[in-house]
Amino acid sequence: MSNTEEKVKAPSEPLFSKKNKRLITDPLSDNNPITIQVLGICSALAITVQVEQAFWMSISVIFVMVFGNLIVSLLRNLIPSRVRIIVQLVIVASLVIIVNESLQAFVPDVSEKLSVFVGLIITNCIIMGRFEAFAMANKAWPSILDAVGNAIGYAWILLLVALVREVLGSGKIWGASIFGNNLPGEESGLYALGYVNNNMMILPPMALIVVGIIIWVQRSMNKELVEEN
Amino acid sequence: MKVNKDANGYTFAFSIILVIVVGVILSSLSIGLGPLKKANVEVKKKMNILSALGVESTRKDGSEKYDKYITESYVISHSGNLQENLPAEKQAFSLDVQKQFRDKTVKVTDRLYPIFEAEKDGEKLFVLPVVGKGLWGPIWGFVALADDYETIVGTSFDHKGETPGLGAEISQSFFENRYNGEKIASNGTFTPISVVQNGSGSESQKVDGITGGTITSKGVERMVNETMEVYYKYFSKNK
Repeated sequence: MSNTEEKVKAPSEPLFSKKNKRLITDPLSDNNPITIQVLGICSALAITVQVEQAFWMSISVIFVMVFGNLIVSLLRNLIPSRVRIIVQLVIVASLVIIVNESLQAFVPDVSEKLSVFVGLIITNCIIMGRFEAFAMANKAWPSILDAVGNAIGYAWILLLVALVREVLGSGKIWGASIFGNNLPGEESGLYALGYVNNNMMILPPMALIVVGIIIWVQRSMNKELVEEN
Repeated sequence: MKVNKDANGYTFAFSIILVIVVGVILSSLSIGLGPLKKANVEVKKKMNILSALGVESTRKDGSEKYDKYITESYVISHSGNLQENLPAEKQAFSLDVQKQFRDKTVKVTDRLYPIFEAEKDGEKLFVLPVVGKGLWGPIWGFVALADDYETIVGTSFDHKGETPGLGAEISQSFFENRYNGEKIASNGTFTPISVVQNGSGSESQKVDGITGGTITSKGVERMVNETMEVYYKYFSKNK
């Protein structure tokens, strides 16, 4: 390969150059995979009833994204273009199985909590999207940064939606009651004053409504994001 | 030499190598972690049995407490007769009632039903495994009966993949406790317990379901009734 030529073109780009930093910061807000690209909505809907599950889901997605993007990026010049989507699918599926097996063996309690949703990481469009749109065309280091950025961009929305839904729907944060006891007959705290949990919040459609509110807030804060129509 | 990446040969070769590499990695991982996973599943089963008895246990002390509380275990048939001289994999603890439930080649009337006898605070209790279908997959659990052969004193339910926060809530103690005190029989005949939606769960023979988890709740109802009917056949013969 023409190493010398490359060095002349880009005299050792710093690891966190401006361009590389943008790879991480862009997906956090202005190019967020959930609120701007509207990808990965299915898991945002399914896994956000409780903060704890959203947290473990986020960790799993970060792992799969980073290693997936890295592997695809390293193999990008070898992958035959006609079967590239299948190859990407095999890579993401293998990583998800590795995550699932490890969870079952080392943190069985978490594995029980996430149940089928670990398997559904495979269908998370953000992951395949980043493989195809970024890792296939970029070197390893930017690909890792891109994965970290997008995975965290996904994670914070997930956690925020889960927080809203768990607090309003179950009156809890991370499984701990915050408004007092709501068992019939022994109410305490807010429940004694007549407060009731909003059961609608734990139903799936409310996840979309909460995501919609986040999108609304985000676009009213940054008018550049609003499509002209 | 420049390799033509659009050639069929290259595509095939790449795919074959990829599949072999991935296959080797995943199967060795699965075999390597196998014993750990199996141990986790066994301890979980012991914890579930203990939880139906109302005994709190952790993954660390689950096995120890199981040996302490469970005094005897045996297996009965669908018609309610004690089964003896069973092979090792059909003994009460190792019998996989979920596999048996899924296995279409095993007729319903050929199913085996384990009973675990326990002693807690000087009282004799029976722990009975139950298996059924939820919304997405199997659900299962244990029901603890008191010495009178009809009063439920505790339950523990679990599931493979019910929706977290909705159907999955059947494994939470607030739901499991709703079964406590219900009776599976009155005057010597079996009586079903229904899971209701209208909040009338405080009445006898009724248990409140879970909001947003209707199909799972109904699955629990069917599971408990179908299985308790079989066990009651045995108990009414052997009181």
